[in-house]
Amino acid sequence: MIPELGGAAAIVALALALWGAVVSAIGARTGRPALVLSAQHAALGVFVLVTACFALLTYAFLTFDFSVRYVAINTNLGTPFYYRITGVWGALEGSIILWTWMLALYTLIVILRHRESAHEFYPWVLTVMLSVMAFFLLVITVAAPPFARLAPVPADGRGLNPLLEDTGMITHPIALYLGFTGVTVPFAFALAALITGRVGDAWITLTRRWAIIAWYFLSLGLLIGGWWSYHVLGWGGYWAWDPVENAAFMPWLTATAFLHSVMVQERRRMLKLWNISLVIITFGLTLFGTFLTRSGVIASVHAFTQGAIGAFFLSFLALVLLTALGLLAWRWDALGAQGELDSVVSRESAFLLNNVLLVAAAFTVFFGTVFPLLSEAVRGVKMSVGAPFFNQVNVPLFLALIFLMGVGPLIAWRRASPDNLLRSFLWPVVAGGAAAALFSALGVRSALAVLALALTVFVAATIAVDFSRATRARLRMGERLLPAMGGLLRRHNRRYGGFIVHLGILIVTLGVTGSQAWSVQIETTLRRGEAAELAGYRVRFDGLTATEESNHFKVAGAFTVSNGRVIGILRPAKKFYPQEQSPIAGVDYRLGLGEDVYLVLGDFARDGSQATVKLQVNRLVSWIWIGGGVLTLGALLAILPDRKKPA
Amino acid sequence: MKGKFIAGGAVIAATLAYMIYAGVTQSTVYFVTPSELRAAPVVGKAYRLGGLVQAGSLTWEPRSLDLSFALSDGKVTVPVRHKGTPPDLFGEGRGAVVEGSWTADGYFKASLILAKHSEEYKAPHDGDATGGRDLIRTLQGEGR
Repeated sequence: MIPELGGAAAIVALALALWGAVVSAIGARTGRPALVLSAQHAALGVFVLVTACFALLTYAFLTFDFSVRYVAINTNLGTPFYYRITGVWGALEGSIILWTWMLALYTLIVILRHRESAHEFYPWVLTVMLSVMAFFLLVITVAAPPFARLAPVPADGRGLNPLLEDTGMITHPIALYLGFTGVTVPFAFALAALITGRVGDAWITLTRRWAIIAWYFLSLGLLIGGWWSYHVLGWGGYWAWDPVENAAFMPWLTATAFLHSVMVQERRRMLKLWNISLVIITFGLTLFGTFLTRSGVIASVHAFTQGAIGAFFLSFLALVLLTALGLLAWRWDALGAQGELDSVVSRESAFLLNNVLLVAAAFTVFFGTVFPLLSEAVRGVKMSVGAPFFNQVNVPLFLALIFLMGVGPLIAWRRASPDNLLRSFLWPVVAGGAAAALFSALGVRSALAVLALALTVFVAATIAVDFSRATRARLRMGERLLPAMGGLLRRHNRRYGGFIVHLGILIVTLGVTGSQAWSVQIETTLRRGEAAELAGYRVRFDGLTATEESNHFKVAGAFTVSNGRVIGILRPAKKFYPQEQSPIAGVDYRLGLGEDVYLVLGDFARDGSQATVKLQVNRLVSWIWIGGGVLTLGALLAILPDRKKPA
Repeated sequence: MKGKFIAGGAVIAATLAYMIYAGVTQSTVYFVTPSELRAAPVVGKAYRLGGLVQAGSLTWEPRSLDLSFALSDGKVTVPVRHKGTPPDLFGEGRGAVVEGSWTADGYFKASLILAKHSEEYKAPHDGDATGGRDLIRTLQGEGR
């Protein structure tokens, strides 16, 4: 009964979403506010119904309703309580429900915030958001029904994919989906701007913060995904250029480009066409990412589900792109620039180059990801490009972007004078050069690492130059030091939020550089009492223990780690889940600011006499998570409402 | 002014195109089946070879980390050697994909093994749990 209610709620929600999308558009065309109001009510109804769907599915998980196929596949009687809740979005059907619910939530907030303030856009924003919602509800009702029954009803379910039994998997999808669905808001405003022909700054001013919110969640999702990969998957890395990772990275790149290029439009009334295109591309990439990960089109360790869903997403993506292209062509004349580029040495051209490089990086990732499909379709030969390709092409692009991160915020608009350049960049260039010399002298052999570190120092110095200059200006006005700094952050929260994000990126860069350049690993088999040595650490194998957990059996090794003195005991494990064909690794590690000791249990003798392990000493990886924290704090600061103009 | 930006854009586009071209030519991996590899093996070329791990072919020497097995597509088999622990989802009769190259000595030298995860719904049965409890017993027995 309960599952049928869920299915019915989805169908009614679909009808309401379609109704709302249509009447809102008619209301806008014919100037009848009553119709727009009706669409608004429909959107509220959709929110309530999708919430009900989500609640009913959760209820089915909590009550072990194995008559529901999705529940039977993704949970079993041994699944701990928390993972019965997260199991709701542990696979395709529930993920789509979560996605749709977030979309409904965003629509609700848009209604609350913008029904008065975005008059001419508002009905069209509703139309676009409800249309997107209708698509996802169509997927729920037709392509991936979460409430489909299973007959005969099994006594126990299969259980959640064990790799997803992790706190990272509670938060990672939520953050990532909030990012993906968040992109819908700027997209809806961009289309509304095209439809109404008001392609000036108004839609950008209204959606700037929405874009930062989506970017914030995308970043958070990527970071948590990297952390999950690092501490659960047991291969010792955090990023593998897997198609699933790329799927989330591409919209992040184009969204980053958008956050920068809007500043040029606000300031110089240029790049109108570019900005609208970036939003459309970013939204298209979120759909494309779902297509990649959920259709099984590219074999991948992450792609847990496969199904007929691919055709749905590809068709919708085509519809979105064609509609957007049509609208762009229709409004072509209005999209011309009002400003002109004055000089190559100026902030707008730094931003322009930043945008070109970010889009180039997104294109590279796209190309590398779909390369196997392309080669198979065009030449009939299946081939792929792996991590070396992505690194080789992207590393130079990212280094150039880091350089621009130092230049962009300080260089003058329009035309930078020699005086401006000297005042802003003399010390940072000196600091960067000194850093390069220092790291070379310290024996850093990798030229790439030296360059990355020198650029990091250069950019950090530009941030210091700007912040101290602004603080000094406030001190001269008679403010004291700390209030002056706090006031800067609060009054110019967007600018300094941006700087803090940049700082976070620099710290992440440090972590990536360090881990790529200086991490070491060995793989070896140890008899009990025997020890392996790596980078000053001694890891001694003390024995194996086996235990029975609520839903799996666990074999854990005990390894004493010492470097002169005993640091601790690591217990990497192998977990045997009855529903899985083979064990899942349970990594153990000791994190540190300088280096992590990271131990994976490979094979072991059944009598416990020997064990094969992979031992890694990973350098500076922790700075990736620290930088990620700084970055998200900066984004939060930038999201705060502007205080510049008194209300 | 416009000319400078167009020229700059062209330079960037050309550089990017070259970087992508160079990247592709240097890191392309060809997907082959055992039959395709056997038909025209090129020593040193990067391949990704997929097949079933043939029953009875798997040997694993923990001390030296030598792993060897044969991948089959039902028609021909290819001997594969690897140095390292077999991954979690790896085993005889299961699908596996290996990345590496063909050697002049007549075997495939794998640098990476990717086991294939089956998506089939499989109801748990008692045998699995017995296996786990068995394991606990052997390990505890040894500990005493």
